[in-house]
Amino acid sequence: MKIVIIDYGAGNIQSIKFAIKRLGFEAVLSSNEAEIKAADKVIFPGVGEASSAMRMLRQSKLDLLIPTLKQPVLGICLGMQLMCDKSEEGDTNGLGIFEAPVIKFNNSVKVPQIGWNQISDLSSPLFKNIKELEYVYLVHSYYVAECEQTIATSEYGVKYSTALKKDNFYGVQFHPEKSSNAGEQILKNFLEL
Amino acid sequence: MLTKRIIPCLDIKNGRTVKGINFVDLRDAGDPVELAAIYAASGADELVFLDISATEERRKTLANLVLKVAEKINIPFTVGGGISSVEDVDILLQNGADKVSINSSAVKDPDLINRLAAKFGSQCITVAIDAKLIDGEWIVHLVGGKVPTELNLFEWAKEVEKRGAGEILFTSMNNDGTKNGFANEALARLSTELNIPIIASGGAGNMQHFCDVFIEGKADAALAASVFHFKEIEIKDLKEELKNKGIPVRI
Repeated sequence: MKIVIIDYGAGNIQSIKFAIKRLGFEAVLSSNEAEIKAADKVIFPGVGEASSAMRMLRQSKLDLLIPTLKQPVLGICLGMQLMCDKSEEGDTNGLGIFEAPVIKFNNSVKVPQIGWNQISDLSSPLFKNIKELEYVYLVHSYYVAECEQTIATSEYGVKYSTALKKDNFYGVQFHPEKSSNAGEQILKNFLEL
Repeated sequence: MLTKRIIPCLDIKNGRTVKGINFVDLRDAGDPVELAAIYAASGADELVFLDISATEERRKTLANLVLKVAEKINIPFTVGGGISSVEDVDILLQNGADKVSINSSAVKDPDLINRLAAKFGSQCITVAIDAKLIDGEWIVHLVGGKVPTELNLFEWAKEVEKRGAGEILFTSMNNDGTKNGFANEALARLSTELNIPIIASGGAGNMQHFCDVFIEGKADAALAASVFHFKEIEIKDLKEELKNKGIPVRI
């Protein structure tokens, strides 16, 4: 199986590579259009700030490529947020795959949310063998509200989407590569899609 | 529901753990990677590696250690100690650290917080603050609590938040090493006056202290070293106890 992690200069990619390696696979980093298109699975990582990440995607024309991919694609954290219509962070447009905006948590909760929260309303093969209310690790200041494409929710002041799916596109707000055994199971499920 | 975090802290010197660690099941008591894996398996929510080396090769050794830890463990970890530039942080995050913690360098160059937050995002920038209660005022100290500054804890903490820190790790020098409990009053004030997560450090001696720091101290996370290293408290037991007291924890 050929697994490509999209390389656009953003994010903590090493941890994802290692997590995939612990599952017995190798992932390659690439920004090459042909290589990404030819992959069986594509992972779209992201840590950092939305508008500068979008700028980097545009510079490498990856913003045009990603929405056209046909194989399973998994956006992680900021990667998932960038797959949405638009983000309040840096007031930027996203890739428009998920039809939902990215909104900042209000001040009734501490921002960023850092730590282990529970996921529920699990409704996708991505969560095979994952129990309701499983704990995952999250670090974020912005969130996606519940929408038609929600396949998992969490609560932090509001109930929001911790995972999204549309066609072959999946997004998770949490970090599966840092979410202990549950996270590794979710990554494994994605690789088995 | 977001849970309260339990964070063991490992002191690192030249790539090895330093404090005497009493783990019979450890093959190599000085190997931080092996110790980290044991903590990850025992239910620790996060780990902090604090580098106290003072050698020329310090940066390289630490970067290599981060890579080895990231390869083995599947929970988040923070790296601190001697970090003073964007370049330092870049290599640590690239190698797999989730967050970095800065302390003295932030006091000497507060704009560093802004630069790091702008480049990497607030979520991975923890500012560590050591403070001591002197004549009724909490004064920020440097060099592991040895050198007093003119900064007031609460004012400095607010400035740190404003400049873009994602989290504060507060160590009370009055409580550190005493095993008499955390500085709950100061912690509660920090937690109320600021809107970023607060990690409590200094004073953990028994399980009740952890209950107190989450309830009275309103802390989001609690960090400790020796009570875990010497197995005076098992993380699994601690979490059961916290759960029984109605404190949300990941079990």
